[in-house]
Amino acid sequence: MTFSQELESRFAKMLDNYPPGRQKGAVIPMLIYAQDEVGAVTPELVQEIAKRLSVKPIEVNEVVEFYSMLHRTPLGKHHIQICTNISCQLTGGDELWQHACKKLGIGHKQVTPDGLFSLEEVECLGACSWAPAIQDGYEYHHHVTPEKLDKLIDDVRQAVKAQ
Amino acid sequence: MENLLQEPHPLETVLISRRFRLENSASLATFLANEGFAGFRKALTMTPDEIIAEVKLSSLRGRGGAGFPAGMKWSFVDRKSPKPKYVVVNADESEPGTCKDRVILQYDPFRLIEGVLIAARAIGSERGWIYIRGEYRYLIEHMNAVIAQAYAAGWLGKDIQGSGMNFDFATQSGAGAYECGEESALLESLEGKRGNPRLKPPFPAQVGAFQCPTVLNNVETYSAAPDVILKGGQYYADLGTPKNGGTRLLCISGHVNRPGVYEVRLGMNMLQAVNALAGGVWKGRKLKAIVPGGSSCPVLKAEECDIPMDYDSLAKAGSMLGSGGMVVLDETTDMVKLLSRIMKFYAHESCGWCIPCREGTTWLKKILARLDDGVGSVSDIDTVDQLAVNMFGHTFCPLGDAAAMPTMAIVRKFRHEFEAKLQSASQAFVPAPGTRSLPIVK
Ligand SMILES: Cc1cc2nc3c(=O)[nH]c(=O)nc-3n(C[C@H](O)[C@H](O)[C@H](O)COP(=O)(O)O)c2cc1C
Ligand code: FES
Repeated sequence: MTFSQELESRFAKMLDNYPPGRQKGAVIPMLIYAQDEVGAVTPELVQEIAKRLSVKPIEVNEVVEFYSMLHRTPLGKHHIQICTNISCQLTGGDELWQHACKKLGIGHKQVTPDGLFSLEEVECLGACSWAPAIQDGYEYHHHVTPEKLDKLIDDVRQAVKAQ
Repeated sequence: MENLLQEPHPLETVLISRRFRLENSASLATFLANEGFAGFRKALTMTPDEIIAEVKLSSLRGRGGAGFPAGMKWSFVDRKSPKPKYVVVNADESEPGTCKDRVILQYDPFRLIEGVLIAARAIGSERGWIYIRGEYRYLIEHMNAVIAQAYAAGWLGKDIQGSGMNFDFATQSGAGAYECGEESALLESLEGKRGNPRLKPPFPAQVGAFQCPTVLNNVETYSAAPDVILKGGQYYADLGTPKNGGTRLLCISGHVNRPGVYEVRLGMNMLQAVNALAGGVWKGRKLKAIVPGGSSCPVLKAEECDIPMDYDSLAKAGSMLGSGGMVVLDETTDMVKLLSRIMKFYAHESCGWCIPCREGTTWLKKILARLDDGVGSVSDIDTVDQLAVNMFGHTFCPLGDAAAMPTMAIVRKFRHEFEAKLQSASQAFVPAPGTRSLPIVK
């Protein structure tokens, strides 16, 4: 498999971060950054990372199964993650989640047919004092209301239409 | 980056946060112009034993949850071991209610580097990592840039500032797992494995990262070290209460007028924090209860909240200061719904390694979801309590305790709410749309 120059140099730097012979430590960071570029953790990606780290593919697979941010199938271009954990629940997170499901017509871990959006109900994002919080990909949005969420979604749709 | 700061409050004591509101607070220039690395410079003139003695004197306790004395932890590392020693920073920050490490990393990242260098000097370490939860990607990139700057300016790498000390430091990304905040699971993850916990003892001080002696602390704990060294352990200790030194960042969330991250001395009255700092309970409502330090801490009813916030006072009140994530609940809060949501979290995050936790959290989740729908019998309420009792202290790592503690507290202190829900719903049961629970045939 080939990756972008940027990712290759990131990998090279990462492998420097461990004591000699302990490069397996890079498996999780490598997976998550590669997933961002490839779109999902594909079987080829598992093989490639196993090869680069000189470990068995199963050692990569068992990690993929453990961590909730690693996924085998592609998500939407905008992966909308809505926190419904307590601080967010207390300030409207559940309503936001319901609203998002209705607005996008999809549920937990589903992708819209146009591939633009996917939805996930997530656990605490570390934004409790600015709840309710969501992430669009890696981008944080704080104090989110149904109206703000609508605008976020509508703006994406508009931008795509304008292209 | 989004702004995470509110106006400073007169009741705050700004020590760790004292650079947060400076212009370009995260830059090396601002840091250096404002006592940056002064603590580390002083540490370079001290012996490792002197550094550890100072941290012990400060009675600085771990800010990640358990509140273990930091100086004691550092002293457990066998400095004569022929193995390399490592320093690991816990920036997994996943305990619901907690959002303070993020603020430190965003606004004063070099403070953390300085604290890590002091710890490294104290234990004779030449390498360390900061393990950052994968969701904090922007902070991983931010820290990568900060670390690169520190290398370029000679604050990391070989022969730091001509002192002869070497130290390499790097970020490590998580990928979504609360359990990786538990120290031994974090170390497994750092080694490229599933985040399952290790049997303790041996503790990380003996067998830690890559099987070598390791100091592992929370971001805020390391970040307190520069001031402990610079201003002295006694100064730091005097800010707090006996055995509970210093200040800490409180993350106030939930039903208050001014949620936010505030820095307070240990020992501040809890009601004062809610009413004065956070502007009181919102919408003119009354206080029902407080989750004092993250979702794993037993809730305190309003009448139990008139206490000083330090580790020992909270323990005396039957709860914990935990990670500083204080969630305020107003009188309208549905405690059954709250506990049901808490358990959904723990069931999702249980790593599955040990059976009492894996099965206990899953069954609790199912029963609580049912009770929240108003389905079930009164004996189910006792079952919830019993399951929690059976989990407590019987799991491989403290995640099981973290799930059991809030359960026992809520089900005992608010039993009437569980009963009321069953009673009101037994007349006409209409499952909420999208819920998966089955009605019980009586
Ligand atoms: C399930 C679980 C999750 C934890 N999550 C975190 C976390 O996100 N951040 C943290 O600093 N400590 C967390 N801890 C506590 C760590 O195990 C450890 O006690 C702490 O990082 C030590 O640092 P300290 O002494 O500075 O607090 C967690 C513990 C458990 C049992
Ligand atoms: S509970 Fe939603 S961000 Fe913490």
